Amino acid sequence: MSEPILSLEAVETDIAQYHILKGVSLSVPRGQVTMLLGRNGVGKTTTMRTIMGLLRNKAGQIRFDGAEISGELASSRCRAGIGFVPEDMGIFSALTVEENMILAAVSGAPDRARLDWLFTVFPPLKTFWKAPAGTLSGGQKQMLSIARAMIEDRKLYLIDEPTKGLAPAIVSTMVGALRELKRQGASILMVEQNFAVARALGDHCVVMDDGRATWSGAMADLATDHALQERLMGLSMEAG
Amino acid sequence: MVRFLLSGDAPRSRILAVLLALVLVGLAFAPFIFPGVRALHTAATICIFILLVASYDLLLGYTGIVSFAHTMFFGLGAYGVALASVHMGRGWDALAVGTLAGALAATVLAWLIGLFSLRVRAIFFAMITLAVASAVAVLVSQLYQLTGGEDGLTYQIPRELTPAFRFGELFGVRLNGRLLNYYLVFFTCLALFLLLLRIVNSPFGRVLQAIRENDFRAEAIGYRVVVYRTAATCMSAAIAALAGSLYAIWLRYVGPDTTLSFEIMIDVLLMVVIGGMGTMYGAVIGATIFVLAQNYLQNLMGLAAEATAGLPLIPDLVDPNRWLMWLGVLFVLSVYFFPTGIVGRLRAGR
Repeated sequence: MSEPILSLEAVETDIAQYHILKGVSLSVPRGQVTMLLGRNGVGKTTTMRTIMGLLRNKAGQIRFDGAEISGELASSRCRAGIGFVPEDMGIFSALTVEENMILAAVSGAPDRARLDWLFTVFPPLKTFWKAPAGTLSGGQKQMLSIARAMIEDRKLYLIDEPTKGLAPAIVSTMVGALRELKRQGASILMVEQNFAVARALGDHCVVMDDGRATWSGAMADLATDHALQERLMGLSMEAG
Repeated sequence: MVRFLLSGDAPRSRILAVLLALVLVGLAFAPFIFPGVRALHTAATICIFILLVASYDLLLGYTGIVSFAHTMFFGLGAYGVALASVHMGRGWDALAVGTLAGALAATVLAWLIGLFSLRVRAIFFAMITLAVASAVAVLVSQLYQLTGGEDGLTYQIPRELTPAFRFGELFGVRLNGRLLNYYLVFFTCLALFLLLLRIVNSPFGRVLQAIRENDFRAEAIGYRVVVYRTAATCMSAAIAALAGSLYAIWLRYVGPDTTLSFEIMIDVLLMVVIGGMGTMYGAVIGATIFVLAQNYLQNLMGLAAEATAGLPLIPDLVDPNRWLMWLGVLFVLSVYFFPTGIVGRLRAGR
């Protein structure tokens, strides 16, 4: 088995006086979609932000593509090949959709073919290309946020709750886009509360509880084992 | 051509376009439309403050950095010209050396402040700039042997820029060095303003706007926020210093009150807010209104007091001595009715 694209070893992170991550260890296999699951407040978003470098881990190791990156800035991690879609979308409202996309292409002008592909995956982006991003609907903003991470080929995508608060029709567009990304062999670590989406996309799964990764394995195993779900997450997921 | 000069950043409002055209024409032909020493001084002050306010807008409006050291950079440029003119004597070389030295000093100081303090929270950065600016103002006041202290410095500039240099008459206006001096100020300010427009509409400018909106996100998509912030601070400081140099060339005098005082910093802040932050054109509108009000509101109130002399209460209310109070009322009203500034309001209402 090849070396994972990302691995965390006993990572600890504090936010102000709160000890949020208490020794997270997990790995993300190359070319697979790894779902990060768990109840609210267990540290999933903090884990994502720590991997991206927006929060500094006070202990532990983060290895990305074979290199230790704990001391690197977020900008360096991005340029090393990590694309991040934050929970709050993080779009630049005053800039147009076009400007948001161009900014995200840090290694130069965006590739035309890739842009055309993104337009087919997320048609509203083409329609509102010159519009200020702040005027987009919630779903369109999420599309922009994901498209921005996808504008360049990344070694790893960190996607935090991409379907949160979206209408079912938009959710299916998102799932289609992420499935397309997965088909291209992308490595993805994704936080998702919608278990149906997690089951549809995930190959691998890590469950967190109280600032630690408490279980990892195949998504299919978790999806079919209701007793395991009950034990790990406190309730059985009835995927729709 | 116009679109190219404006770097594709059109006014996006007909009223705004008309206002900007009026200001441009008014300033371009000021010596001929508004003859007189006072009017010309007002026009030159407007040009210089448009540049100073625009350079501050690069920092505050486009990058989201609150700094109280902007007049310090303005002062460094002014004192650069003054000191060079005093020590090198009257000459173009003194102006060039003083201008370059002032801009360089401002850039280096801005770089140092940025390097040490732009990593901290915005409020701490603002406090640090306030402390540094106060320290420099005290230093200028204390080093009176070099800077003239509170009295400032008076010096000579090349004769070609003084009223003594005469070369004819046009449309009844005497053509002299003062006119040349005005056009030196006008065209330099215009060129630097267009340069600022180019900067904010470049990819670099877009990154600054992204940082202003969400610095974490900007960092996460690959931009070193501290580097961009420091670069913006240095550019802004250099242009403020150039504005200061122009002011020194225009006035032939520098002193703490005219270039370094905290009152000027407050004025600049008000001009940015009134005009509209993050628009560049807001600097044009804000500075023009503010400088005109500062110079002519008192006269206007005098006329109003005379015209209403027979009425009860009103002449007292519009007494010219109360001009500062009315200036304050005007600012409160403008901020109340135009929270996004005049330019923001005009653009939103198109």
